[in-house]
Amino acid sequence: MLDIIKEPWPWYVAGPLIGLTVPILLILGNKSFGISSSLRHICAACIPGNINFFKYDWRRESWNLFFVLGIFFGGVISAYFLVNAGEIIVNPKLKAELAGYGITDYSNLVPTQLMNFKSLLTLKGFITMVVGGFLVGFGTRYAGGCTSGHAIMGLSNLQWPSLVATICFMIGGFFVANVVLPIILSL
Amino acid sequence: MKNNNAVCNNEITVQNKWYHNLKYLLLGILFGIVFVKAEIISWFRIQEMFRLQSFHMYGVIGSAVFTGMISVWLIKKFNIKTLDGEPITIAPKKFNKGQIYGGLIFGFGWAITGACPGPLFAQIGTGAFAVIITLISAIFGTWVYGYFRDKLPH
Repeated sequence: MLDIIKEPWPWYVAGPLIGLTVPILLILGNKSFGISSSLRHICAACIPGNINFFKYDWRRESWNLFFVLGIFFGGVISAYFLVNAGEIIVNPKLKAELAGYGITDYSNLVPTQLMNFKSLLTLKGFITMVVGGFLVGFGTRYAGGCTSGHAIMGLSNLQWPSLVATICFMIGGFFVANVVLPIILSL
Repeated sequence: MKNNNAVCNNEITVQNKWYHNLKYLLLGILFGIVFVKAEIISWFRIQEMFRLQSFHMYGVIGSAVFTGMISVWLIKKFNIKTLDGEPITIAPKKFNKGQIYGGLIFGFGWAITGACPGPLFAQIGTGAFAVIITLISAIFGTWVYGYFRDKLPH
């Protein structure tokens, strides 16, 4: 049994489990699934800076912070107890492309050759970690949600603005992954 | 605060004790395990997705949305209540141009970092400590949005 758990899980197991988070949160406490809000609550709690957008009682939304703390611990538990030996199996075409940029290590879920503390001082590392992170935080809040809040929660509730947001996520992603990222990785 | 971006007062009247939140911690843990085990938090999987080189992420997101849709439909149809007996309410998402501009900007960041906000927390948990920088930068990005919010087109 543990062997099955240690293997990478297929999409038809993971997807429904993630989808079930929507009704579980609603039934547990009338909470709408959404993760990027946690970043706003962290701002409100730590650096509100007299900005209207951060002036609210973040403590009442603290369930969201407990949830993301849980995600962190879920990562810890998986890495220590449920890890499968071996590399991530990806499409050979991607492997060939990334090898051209010197990314050959598939032993971690993130490309450690690209994302590490040392490479922060390089332009490539700075863009992938600092600029990339900024775009994620700025964009999700500007859009009013991320993959969880719009693509999963919003679409589950048949909200057309969430469909617009999801389509824009994908357009932005396709453009950068295929056009911009190759330039960044060549730096 | 049902609407993610509304500047408003929260409507909850009963102030919950912190330990009431432990159930969300537990749910987060289970969620984080799924994230890691299905490799959703993998930068490589996101790159495959944006190059149409694998069905995996489309299968995950598609079946998650399908499950969520059926669940919300059932909740509405049978008027299912919360554990405390409250009626379940879901705030509608109001359209504004932010969903377009912000959506594209997030898409850019998603392709570069290979992570949405949720996976950032899970990646750090698996020991990718450099991602702490990405997370701090994302928090800063959210703050900058809040700072310039009134000047941005919505």
